[in-house]
Amino acid sequence: MLSITNIHASIEGKQILNGINLSIQAGEIHAIMGPNGSGKSTLAAVLAGREQYEVTEGAVTFLQKDLLEMSPEDRAREGVFLAFQYPVEIPGVSTTNFIKAAVNEKRKYRGEEPLDAVSFMKLMKEKMAMLRIDQSLLSRSINEGFSGGEKKRNEIFQMAMLEPKLMILDEMDSGLDIDALRIVANGINKLRNENNAILIITHYQRLLDYLQPDFVHVLYNGRIVRSGTKELAMELEENGYDFIKEEANLITAE
Amino acid sequence: MMNLSDFKDHFEQLQTENPESPIAQIRLEGFHAFDKAGLPTKRNEEWKYTDIGKLFNNEYRFVADISDSSLTSTDVDAIRLPGHLEANEIVFVNGRFMPVLSKFRSPQGQLTVLPLEDAARGIYKEMVREHLGCSSAYIKDGIHALNTSFINGGVFIYIPKEQELNHPLYIYHISDARQYNILSQPRSLIYIERNTKVQLVETFSTIGTSECFTNQVMEVVVHNNAVVEYYKIQNETANASQVSTTHIRQTGRSYVHAVTVTLNGGMIRNNMNVVMEAAGNEAHLFGLYILNGHTHLDNHTLVDNVKPNCFSNELYKGILDNETIGVFNGKIMVRPDAQKTNAYQTNKNILLSDDATINTKPQLEIFADDVKCSHGCTVGQLDENALFYLRARGIPKSDAQELLLKAFALDILDQIKPELLRGYIEQLITERLSVNKK
Amino acid sequence: MKQELNTLEETVSGDYKYGFVTDIETDVIPRGLNEEVIRMLSEKKNEPSWMLDWRLKAYRHWLTMEEPKWPNVNYPEIDYQDISYYAAPKNKGKLKGLDEVDPELLRTFEKLGISLNEQKRLSGVAVDVVVDSISVATSFKKQLADIGIIFCSISEAIQKHPELVRKYMGSIVPATDNFFAALNSAVFTDGSFCYIPKGVRCPMELSTYFRINTGNSGQFERTLIIAEEGSYVSYLEGCTAPQRDENQLHAAVVELIAMRKAEIKYSTVQNWYPGDHNGKGGIYNFVTKRGLCLGDYSRISWTQVETGSAITWKYPSVILKGDHSVGEFYSVALTNHYQQADTGTKMIHLGKNTKSRIVAKGISAGYSQNSYRGLVRAGKNAAGARNYSQCDSLLLSDHCGAHTFPYIEVKNATSVVEHEATTSKIGEDQLFYCKQRGIDAETAVALIVNGFAKEVMNQLPMEFAIEAKKLLAVSLEGSVG
Repeated sequence: MLSITNIHASIEGKQILNGINLSIQAGEIHAIMGPNGSGKSTLAAVLAGREQYEVTEGAVTFLQKDLLEMSPEDRAREGVFLAFQYPVEIPGVSTTNFIKAAVNEKRKYRGEEPLDAVSFMKLMKEKMAMLRIDQSLLSRSINEGFSGGEKKRNEIFQMAMLEPKLMILDEMDSGLDIDALRIVANGINKLRNENNAILIITHYQRLLDYLQPDFVHVLYNGRIVRSGTKELAMELEENGYDFIKEEANLITAE
Repeated sequence: MMNLSDFKDHFEQLQTENPESPIAQIRLEGFHAFDKAGLPTKRNEEWKYTDIGKLFNNEYRFVADISDSSLTSTDVDAIRLPGHLEANEIVFVNGRFMPVLSKFRSPQGQLTVLPLEDAARGIYKEMVREHLGCSSAYIKDGIHALNTSFINGGVFIYIPKEQELNHPLYIYHISDARQYNILSQPRSLIYIERNTKVQLVETFSTIGTSECFTNQVMEVVVHNNAVVEYYKIQNETANASQVSTTHIRQTGRSYVHAVTVTLNGGMIRNNMNVVMEAAGNEAHLFGLYILNGHTHLDNHTLVDNVKPNCFSNELYKGILDNETIGVFNGKIMVRPDAQKTNAYQTNKNILLSDDATINTKPQLEIFADDVKCSHGCTVGQLDENALFYLRARGIPKSDAQELLLKAFALDILDQIKPELLRGYIEQLITERLSVNKK
Repeated sequence: MKQELNTLEETVSGDYKYGFVTDIETDVIPRGLNEEVIRMLSEKKNEPSWMLDWRLKAYRHWLTMEEPKWPNVNYPEIDYQDISYYAAPKNKGKLKGLDEVDPELLRTFEKLGISLNEQKRLSGVAVDVVVDSISVATSFKKQLADIGIIFCSISEAIQKHPELVRKYMGSIVPATDNFFAALNSAVFTDGSFCYIPKGVRCPMELSTYFRINTGNSGQFERTLIIAEEGSYVSYLEGCTAPQRDENQLHAAVVELIAMRKAEIKYSTVQNWYPGDHNGKGGIYNFVTKRGLCLGDYSRISWTQVETGSAITWKYPSVILKGDHSVGEFYSVALTNHYQQADTGTKMIHLGKNTKSRIVAKGISAGYSQNSYRGLVRAGKNAAGARNYSQCDSLLLSDHCGAHTFPYIEVKNATSVVEHEATTSKIGEDQLFYCKQRGIDAETAVALIVNGFAKEVMNQLPMEFAIEAKKLLAVSLEGSVG
């Protein structure tokens, strides 16, 4: 589904990613772990098409299309969804209206008629019930005054409404207490199926207890330095990132 | 009553007596500007709420007439501020710098203080030529031009690079109004080099009961990596009025922290300008005014963001009683180049009397898009709930009120960093608020 | 970053959609202004002598006045002798109904999206249409008359209700009030008149559509609304002008008066021609709008959505004279290209326990300058006065300016006044967030701007809100690559 080949990227002239290779198939869950500043969030931003980041080398194909050639909105319409680490507040724009605009843009892109108010409400009700989202959240301005947990649940709700193929979860667990984390993780589990894939970006292992990744990759200095199964995550949890850093530095030194 | 021809006579006399003065040309430009602008009236937007012209209904003696004041060091002792034993003290009498009354405690090489005329002749002459009068581009009214027209006996203060002054600079503006109505027009230029740290304290006092009007201008140039604290203390008598201008140019990336405290006086106008001429500047401006009687206070502030990435925060708070009039006019300018400006401003007022007036006009003028600016102002009373809460705990209403007013003043008070000075102001405020108690 | 800026600029560079000239024969007085012109104008309108005297007095006073220079706007000097002060569609005679209205004119309204026929049947909105200077069609008059409401052109009111007009015209905005009000008083040609009798709640939104059609003709309309004790009225004013290269002057006066427990809600959507991309042409909109809350517990509410005009100079105000009266001002001002707007309000608190609320949202794009200027004054006797003001500016380009000039004057110890203002740009984060959800830049900007303006839009009557929302989108719309 997604194939990342030798991606290099920089921001304001500063090189962050130094050649990342990664391949994700439908139905898989991949986790990218790494210490702060290793380039995890940059990878998410590059995949979503944030303009500040410049891709200096490499290629990304998504469902046989050149992802890097696409505008951010077209990537979204093709099925790339980024759950933001810090979801953005837009005062005065209700969550419902926002999601409606997004859903209909996607339909338009596919040559479908926009959903009428009744069908849209029906779809919303369905997803709300599935994720146990409260109506009151949806009538408020998007993300404005939301608690950390509410913001993350709102991201999951949008994900449910847009039914993306690739879900990139950027530090989904940051700022969540254990109950909120469980709710969010349950939501994500309900959305996974054999046709979509999930890329989890996280510093800590705790979200992985709930999401059970098929593969775990460790990112350090803009490169994947280790790949493995979820046991690798356990190992990192126990020993911290230091041994990875040492290993990586040794290799660089040679 | 003074009229324009009086000023002209005085001006010509001053120029004739000092034909060789290096300041003569700038004075002349000042007088042309004065001649053109005249005295401001309430039709002038910057003077809308302050009828400064009425101060000129009095007849004043010009400094030139009585440059030899009989004030002695002992007279000055009565008005020294706490902490003076550790401070460099610069004394102006009737607008003229008096070296004999001044005291310098910083070692040679940390601080240079010279009469402005001398500085304009010697090794600092380029600095004086370049920076003296730079505030005129910002303040174009006749009052400001009047000061420039009569620059005479001003002071030049120089802080060399890499110097952290352990001794603050206290600047006293004393009017000797024992015999005559006095118009004093002190002028100072302070040049602060890079990597320095300095505390400036400016205060105003009047001796005697005749009317006096101080029209003072201070220009400050601040270079890279300098940290400047500036305190203006105004606790005068009702016969003393003033226009006090502090024009700070942050020409290098630097830090300015300024606090203006006004407790007493006749008609007072403060112009507090900070011009951010380098990227990454930071300025914090604070003001506290607690007024009673008939004091009229007009605080004008300007933060002009010329270059990008500057930060400014401004908080002015006031308590007005009796028949006082308060004016706050705070302007934030953001020029087209000043992207990523963060500028905040708040003005809060409490009116204790139906005869008091507050006119407040915060102002944002923004010509760049990537900015975050806000201003807010409030006019109101003490929080009734808080008042009730205290009374419910058995505190009498008047004490509760005093407590809350003091709490209102506290966040400005906390910005006065020198301890002795803060303690002194706190004591003045406490006394004032217990008088205000109803 | 740069790319996003460009996208934004393209997004906001929409063209004026209402620029077409209706080909109707018009009856025009030659350009120029003098007493003779005023006499001629008054005579053409068959006015009583007191009206002519009033005009002449205003004119003579105007001659002594100077054009105000304090607003934060720049424009070339206006030659008041180069303006035609009267342009009326010919063929007027007496119109019995819409059927008699010039069909060309009706088509104009259809292009504007306000079909009178449609409205007559469906919407329950009574429309008093002012094209150039003369009110040509008034609908729903009879239904309103049955409950005692007078809704007609001001010319008709001068003929039929002279006692009301004489009593109230100029009582709130005196002919000597300011330069443009004096000019209007001398040469006003038409406008709306509305009288709501005691205890009557007007059952429908009253609406006027102003439109400037003839080139070089100033539009000087005059509106007067009187709400008697316990009455209620909601009045809608919409303005458009076709595209023309020369600037056209528009100097209107609106006076509102609310008696005890009466309420007037006055909503404006203004999209006069703003000039082209290079700032050529466009309307000069110099308007004096003022309401007087005369009676206790009265309420006046101004809501405006301003997207048009090359220059806007306008401060809808409320004088809160009655105790417990309430004044409100809700405004969205959007400027683009080289537009300049200096707008805001005055809330003058005179009575006890009076309340006012100001919500002003400015949106600047292109090379435009957008200023909020407001005054809140609590007089010595206005014990317990309360005001809350919120002024926010949103910047969409790095060439535009946003300015805030609030004046607050409090002269007693029991008033509470709060003012807050913020200025910021549309966040790149916000735009990216929208894009990541599949929403393109143009839609995202419209979404964010509408969100920013929501508090004001919510104040508009439903059908107007939809139009205003569209208008914001249209004013921002353009070709996004």
